[in-house]
Amino acid sequence: MVIAKAVKHSKQDVQETHTISLIVDNEPGVLARVIGLFSGRGYNIDSLTAAEIDPDTKQTRITLMCTGTPMVIEQIKNQLGRVVPVHKVLDLTEEGAFIDRELALLKVSGKGDKRIEALRIADIFRARVVDSTLESFVFEITGDSGKITAFIDLMKPLGLVEIARTGVAAIARGKDGIAE
Amino acid sequence: MNARHKGQTITAEKSDKADKSGQTDCADNCHGTESAGGKKTAKMMTGADIVIQALVDQGVEVIFGYPGGAVLPLYDALFKQSKLRHILVRHEQAAVHAAEGYARSTGKVGAVLVTSGPGATNAVTGLTDALLDSIPVVCITGQVPTFLIGNDAFQEADTTGITRPCTKHNYLVKDINKLAHVMHEAFHVARSGRPGPVVVDLPKDVQFQKGPYKKPCTDCYKVYQPKTEPDRAALEQAVDIIAAAKRPIFYTGGGLINSGTKACEALQRFAKMTGYPVTSTLMGLGCYPMTDKQHLGMLGMHGTVEANHAMHDCDVMIALGARFDDRVTGRMDAFSPDSYKIQVDIDPSSINKNIPVDLGIVGDVGRAIEIMTEIWVAKKYSVPKAQTADWWESIKQWRAIKCLSYTQSKKPDDVIKPQYALERLRHFTQDKDNVYITTEVGQHQMWAAQFLPFDKPNRWMTSGGLGTMGYGLPAAIGTQIAHPNALVIDVAGEASIQMNIQEISTAIQYRLPVKVFILNNQWMGMVRQWQELMHGERYSESYSEALPDFVKLVEAYGGVGLRARTVGELDDVIQTMLTTDRITIVDVCVDQRENCFPMIPSGAAHNEMLLGPDDEQSEHNKRKGKVLV
Repeated sequence: MVIAKAVKHSKQDVQETHTISLIVDNEPGVLARVIGLFSGRGYNIDSLTAAEIDPDTKQTRITLMCTGTPMVIEQIKNQLGRVVPVHKVLDLTEEGAFIDRELALLKVSGKGDKRIEALRIADIFRARVVDSTLESFVFEITGDSGKITAFIDLMKPLGLVEIARTGVAAIARGKDGIAE
Repeated sequence: MNARHKGQTITAEKSDKADKSGQTDCADNCHGTESAGGKKTAKMMTGADIVIQALVDQGVEVIFGYPGGAVLPLYDALFKQSKLRHILVRHEQAAVHAAEGYARSTGKVGAVLVTSGPGATNAVTGLTDALLDSIPVVCITGQVPTFLIGNDAFQEADTTGITRPCTKHNYLVKDINKLAHVMHEAFHVARSGRPGPVVVDLPKDVQFQKGPYKKPCTDCYKVYQPKTEPDRAALEQAVDIIAAAKRPIFYTGGGLINSGTKACEALQRFAKMTGYPVTSTLMGLGCYPMTDKQHLGMLGMHGTVEANHAMHDCDVMIALGARFDDRVTGRMDAFSPDSYKIQVDIDPSSINKNIPVDLGIVGDVGRAIEIMTEIWVAKKYSVPKAQTADWWESIKQWRAIKCLSYTQSKKPDDVIKPQYALERLRHFTQDKDNVYITTEVGQHQMWAAQFLPFDKPNRWMTSGGLGTMGYGLPAAIGTQIAHPNALVIDVAGEASIQMNIQEISTAIQYRLPVKVFILNNQWMGMVRQWQELMHGERYSESYSEALPDFVKLVEAYGGVGLRARTVGELDDVIQTMLTTDRITIVDVCVDQRENCFPMIPSGAAHNEMLLGPDDEQSEHNKRKGKVLV
């Protein structure tokens, strides 16, 4: 089994962003171990989400996005693999096609035309209204990070007052599950 | 070799242990009370007794520690038993270093017991040291009772938080039912794969509670199963390349020592079959006999000319259990530019970390060498003398430089050179079989690595990765505990020794005849050397002012003190030292101006070594190297 592809000298300086899934034991401190590894070794972390996926085996899936040269990305994966409660490290970017999704909640306040325009654009983006007053909406939107960023940009002039984003969850395409 | 495949890393074959059914069984057994089966068979004991029993069942005979409020139940349990010997140190840092010395000299896991708060924080330096040098240590720390955690209670510290980045793994045990399993798993994690320190933080109330005890089981630790069996196909590829090499070198590291005596013997066999030169890192000294003609000495910053030039000019480099540390590589972009690099390491993250290699193989290094030997024999390889004749001729020329030479005038009243002191020590100890050397950190450490011969593994205990001053004396104590009849010498400097000098008291208490051989030049020598070379001879705070009289000091503790001021006094003093039955400090007053050469200055390449005080380094290197450590 080959865990690391060839690191070509010519590619040494190219910065790449990778989406990595981890299966870890859901025990106190496991998130700190993963995050501490990034801060302690000076790696860049762009996004991180974590939630328990199996209450019986107490396993959590962490999805993280990180940026670095191919050598650094390889190091990150190997270092993550060294953390004792980490069972599986899967580089989705390297393995092939995958789906990544993020959820965001946006609060847009305003009256009159702006309010109507916000609702119209939300409809185009298939965002749902999950809360409303006479002067505001809260939109719920899911999609890849680019779509969410685009939606946020459009809402800014229309009275955007608050944003909450979940970070990315990702899964590989195809019939195979994540192997233990 | 042109169609090389940079950075190919091949993992070990999948271990067959981790099957699903085994895991469920284990969870039932190990967590005891939840399953009916567990309840019937498990013996109920207090938390403190569970810890002691687990230590005994893990083969621990000696534990180094220091009592305190949060570990009183554990010390009470220790008092009531006779299987486990407790060694009382004088500082928790020393407890970990002593356990490291014990572990490094025996190949077993070292055990430490300290209290909460300051006990745990004092142990942090030792734990970090063990992490960087891959030494298996299990450290049990007391903790305030579970209901007080987070309350800023007396002697409370977030031990698992503090030790997370300086241990291989750590545990906070709040549930008595999990204690036995955690204890056994801690030992499993400490000794498996790339070894390292593990902390078990144990609140005081859990030490009093009663819970089930379970013996260690082999398949219970699904959470951590590092792969140790290397990939055979990759090793075949490696052997083909090794057999065709014209300028090969074995670059051997501490991983071989960790892999065990068998691994070192396998290396010796394989190296003899090939007839290729061998060099070792600071941590690897002793894995291959240094007095053998195939050994080129240590490599790296203060390594020999022949070892470093061979590393730079080789065409095939076989890195075995070595991690391309910055002390070894020098300037990264000029490191061995034309070689095909094969690296075997049990830790995947050690491969392609600093230097991209051509063929990375994950697995136990001893096992890998055994398989390579098998392949070598099966393929009936033999290396004709002519194939490497030019290479050995180059090595002969580098050896002829005699890079370790120094000038010592031998009149009885002359000042002793530190190198000469070590050569005399070597002279008087070379016939002895059981000699263990530990060191502190600095010039004396490098001279010891250069001038003392290490022909067997586990005889050399030094702080390589972290460079911890104060390591040597406690490590010598741990080594002497493990080998009561051996000759254990701590080669020290007058500055380093003061960092854990309180441990003289420990040596007195347990009647340990440890020898402390101080090369006293009245300077923090390595700091002074760098100030001289890099900082315009501005010797900021590196002079050892107000030194104690080491002879009187050790006598005050009840040990033996000796001093050699001149060449004429040296031999007598060493001979007397070898006959004492108590801790003995030898204060060797050495030449204050002597520096440690050869030296690859920071930021320079392997072939840009400074051979002596008259060598000038280039301005470019000087500027670039200054920011490096």
